[in-house]
Amino acid sequence: MDTHLLLITLASILADSAPLVFAVIGETIGEKAGVTNLSLDGSILLSAMVGFAVAYTTNNLYLAFLAAMLVGALVAALIAFSSIVLRLDQIAVGFVLTLLCTDLSTFFGNPFVRQPGPSVPHLAIPILENIPIIGALFFDHNVVVYLSFVAILAAWWWIYKTQPGLKLQGIGERPAAAFARGTNVNLQRFLYTIVGGSLVGMAGASYSLFVKLGWSYHATSGLGWIALSIVIFGGWNPIRGAIGAYIFGGLQSFGDFAQSIFPSVPTQVFQTAPFAFMIIALLLVSNDAIDRFFSGSPVSRKIWQSLRGTPPGALSTTFEQE
Amino acid sequence: MRLELKNIHKYFGSLHANDDISLTVESGTIYGLLGENGAGKSTLMKVLSGFIHREGGEILLDGKSVEFKSPAEAIRAGVGMLHQDPLDLPPLRVLDNFLLGREDGFLQDRSKALADLKKYSAQFGFDIAPDALVSALTVGERQQLEIMRLLSLGAKILIFDEPTTGISLPQKIKLFETLRLLAKQGMTVIFVTHKLEDAQDLCGKVTVLRLGKVTGEVTRPFTTDQLVKLMFGQSLAASQRETIALGEPVLELRDLCVADFRLRVPNINLQVRAAEVIGLAGIEGSGQRLFLRACAGLDRPAGGELWINGAKINRQAYHRFLDSGIVYLPAGRLEEGLVPGLNLTEHLILAKRSKEFFVNWNLAQTQAQERIKEYSIRGAPESRVEALSGGNQQRALLALLQPNLKLILLEHPTRGLDIESTMWVWRQLLERRRRGTAIVFASADLDEIFEYSDRILVFSGGRVAKALNAKETSVTQLGELIGGKGL
Repeated sequence: MDTHLLLITLASILADSAPLVFAVIGETIGEKAGVTNLSLDGSILLSAMVGFAVAYTTNNLYLAFLAAMLVGALVAALIAFSSIVLRLDQIAVGFVLTLLCTDLSTFFGNPFVRQPGPSVPHLAIPILENIPIIGALFFDHNVVVYLSFVAILAAWWWIYKTQPGLKLQGIGERPAAAFARGTNVNLQRFLYTIVGGSLVGMAGASYSLFVKLGWSYHATSGLGWIALSIVIFGGWNPIRGAIGAYIFGGLQSFGDFAQSIFPSVPTQVFQTAPFAFMIIALLLVSNDAIDRFFSGSPVSRKIWQSLRGTPPGALSTTFEQE
Repeated sequence: MRLELKNIHKYFGSLHANDDISLTVESGTIYGLLGENGAGKSTLMKVLSGFIHREGGEILLDGKSVEFKSPAEAIRAGVGMLHQDPLDLPPLRVLDNFLLGREDGFLQDRSKALADLKKYSAQFGFDIAPDALVSALTVGERQQLEIMRLLSLGAKILIFDEPTTGISLPQKIKLFETLRLLAKQGMTVIFVTHKLEDAQDLCGKVTVLRLGKVTGEVTRPFTTDQLVKLMFGQSLAASQRETIALGEPVLELRDLCVADFRLRVPNINLQVRAAEVIGLAGIEGSGQRLFLRACAGLDRPAGGELWINGAKINRQAYHRFLDSGIVYLPAGRLEEGLVPGLNLTEHLILAKRSKEFFVNWNLAQTQAQERIKEYSIRGAPESRVEALSGGNQQRALLALLQPNLKLILLEHPTRGLDIESTMWVWRQLLERRRRGTAIVFASADLDEIFEYSDRILVFSGGRVAKALNAKETSVTQLGELIGGKGL
């Protein structure tokens, strides 16, 4: 493979992973605040459908993305409300919403199945696109892909570099301590869950308006579950989460590539292989035995610890002031 | 800053946790707040620092009445509290902990925070690496970090809730040094403790709480005897008790060590004979629960040997202990002792440990009815256990016990019960004792310990005193041991 082809492949991996990146960043933000939005697989599907439907009927892409984000935010708000106000179990509510959103997408999406519709136009960034290698990799895409890059960096910057971000970590790790330091825990959790949810909506729309144009039943199925596991793989860190998303995207495109080389192997093998790899990767980063194995020398321990992440201490719990 | 609390009231349901408490603390002093568990100390301090809201009374800072809706407001007014388990964020780094809650702008000003942290560290001689994870620090170091954080937020009144519980001796010496320095700088230090020795070492003035009320206030110089009397009351008189000949040893502990992640109690040696009653005294959480659970076979001891009926039984499954006639009634009656959601009949069936596959419901129903009558439980065979009152839950637990037991282990057997139920529970226990069952119970109520025990085992600060003969022990002696003196 020559360099040019390699660059094109890598650039397309970066671009095609945009929905996964949005979903991973959105979920990471919500979980950092202590709220698990398990509805991802359903809400991505529903927002993909709504995004496409709005684009199809109005021919306005801004409106389409806005509507999709609204859907994602609404589902997230339901989870936040049922957890914070009604004190229901986040996992149970999230699971029910997954099923509900999936069915709603099938029901309302019926008129739009396999219709041709608008898509996000390509927009290379002048000057920057001419930088060797980097230009081709990062600056020869469309606005949605650029936004996915921005989302990664912005989330990282917000969480680790700002004062509100520190509070965000606090409410997810130990809400009582964050409360003692003057944070309105439940309000903040509400807001971050909704912000995370709108990014999840973004994921849906970017899928149906760019990665795989149009709408069909269960179009994005599986994307949400993989995003949830990549959040764990990424140790609740936006940058590591994004790397996980790109690795997954890379595995998928490698699968397509391998299939053309080994035509005799059933296609399902290459389609499911990335999921199997993810399971193995998850096992690796959350396994005590491997922990002990790597803790032999200080150097390997240090490298290993940077790969491992612990979930926010108060994940999926509710907070009540005494 | 001068602090006045006037007629503070706080209820938790029907429990009057703070009953008309008034006190005054002058700035530049170390003020002690002494009392047993459940005396209302922590509640009072949480009211003062904005964590919970009072139901009556007034808080005055330098003569001005204040009202705190949250701990953050209290801090802004100058009142900071250091919790027994420091309320920090262990997964984050020291500097992040120090930064979180500071109101300086949108971006994290790490260099300014670092300079602040260094300034305070130098002032008190603390040595904590700013980029260390808080989870890697000792409790003593976490306290130091909290002290610096509260000071940097402008705290003038610092409340320390049982600060010496989880720290080592050198750290305690360092802490006391720091508290004295704080007082010298004009801070108001409130030191909440149940340890007589600490109060005596440190405090210029001590207020003693008991059952939610102020029982007295003493100013230096004061004696331990004074404090003990205020803390435990004086109404402790041993009552008449029938003497029963003790039988064979049922339980023998040789250098037993019990431990969990935060507490380790080594070198427990004890022989319990049939029909003997042993009371476990001490501040709650000093290892009594670990001890009882180890004897019941629920937790493996961390070391030593456990002999039952003359056989070593250390590493045996829990059901072996049950088979040997040992039962444990925990303090959490509903949480650990019973199964919420199941009714009395179902409990009875479970407790029988029958090997039959099918349940004879009619028989079980009749038996449940009989037990309910026999143990005067206010309830029906189909009453779910969570619907019963605390006293009836305890009756139900006793009703579930098999007839011929060797040893009953109880944790706070009468906590939360009214007088009638309390008497009834003890009548039942003493009746079993007459038939040769040994009883080991933990209680926070010294009256109860004195009234029923043959011997008393005192737990304090990770140590156990040699079992005392109840008849030859005075209240003062026991109080001092519980407070960690002379152990």
